[in-house]
Amino acid sequence: MVAGPDGERADIDLVTLIVARADPPPSATPEQAAMLRLCTAPISVAELSAYLSLPFSVVTVLLTELLAAELVQARAPIVRQALPDRSLLEAVMHGLQRL
Amino acid sequence: MDFKGSDTIPGPRTEDHLPHTAQAAVKIVIVGGFGVGKTTMVGSVSEIRPLTTEETMTQAGIGVDDNFGSETKTATTVAMDFGRISITDQLVLYLFGTPGQERFWFLWNGLFEGALGAVVLIDTRRLEVSFDVIGRLEERGVPFVVAVNSFPDGPRYPIPELRTALDLADEIPIIECDARRRASSRDVLMTLLRFLHSLARAKARA
Ligand SMILES: Nc1nc2c(ncn2[C@@H]2O[C@H](COP(=O)(O)OP(=O)(O)OP(=O)(O)O)[C@@H](O)[C@H]2O)c(=O)[nH]1
Ligand SMILES: [Mg+2]
Repeated sequence: MVAGPDGERADIDLVTLIVARADPPPSATPEQAAMLRLCTAPISVAELSAYLSLPFSVVTVLLTELLAAELVQARAPIVRQALPDRSLLEAVMHGLQRL
Repeated sequence: MDFKGSDTIPGPRTEDHLPHTAQAAVKIVIVGGFGVGKTTMVGSVSEIRPLTTEETMTQAGIGVDDNFGSETKTATTVAMDFGRISITDQLVLYLFGTPGQERFWFLWNGLFEGALGAVVLIDTRRLEVSFDVIGRLEERGVPFVVAVNSFPDGPRYPIPELRTALDLADEIPIIECDARRRASSRDVLMTLLRFLHSLARAKARA
């Protein structure tokens, strides 16, 4: 999940949920500090990109740094599988029915 | 990058925060031609005011941020609307409405990957826009349903005729909708979910 020594990006999806693990340290850049303030509650990478007005790929770079510094936690999305999880689909249906 | 500075960043309203119990998200993509009602559909079912995310792409379809120093390529910014529906305290659904320029839909790395499925919104005034996207979804194995938006000035075709025109297999659901109405947009999503469920059942039996 976390950037390797050659600076490769973390495996981050548009709907990976990000949660801050700490307050912004004094060393944080303004972008990092803004990002940490936005993810005091779980928030998707897409929402971070929207609120920060930064492209998705730029947000993934910033998040890669924050993950490496252990300042945020990433909750991976549930992705489509060859054999889809029927209970997941049923949960989504129930949620939609309540709309 | 004109970063605004952290004090001026408007975050989500407190009531728009996800609960701390939120563990994972799933996504569905809504595709369709220019002005077909993608943003309207996202907005009619979303629990938050729809937001916009963007990505910078080169013609080659690679994020440009790591291309500094290489020769200049034409970069385009593609913006995409999205909305959110909380399913349970643990699970969140995100809906993405792709932008109008079809050639960019599949360049956005990670947009379709992992998506549960897609809704193809059809404008009967310009059916041809849908051919390409349907072909590409099939190529990538992204399951989809087709929703026909009823515009007052659009020609109305019987569903079987549309199925033939779009060369769609019998099992792929086609439904009519009014993207402006929440219940109608919700029904489209339910149709997709039921379809995904039937595919899962069929696979489990196989
Ligand atoms: N009659 C009718 N009008 C609709 C429907 N859905 C959308 N519209 C109208 O069509 C117009 C375009 O809708 P949008 O949601 O902006 O379409 P879009 O696909 O997001 O457009 P682009 O992002 O520009 O490609 C708006 O004026 C909507 O009010 C529908 O189901 N029925
Ligand atoms: Mg739109």
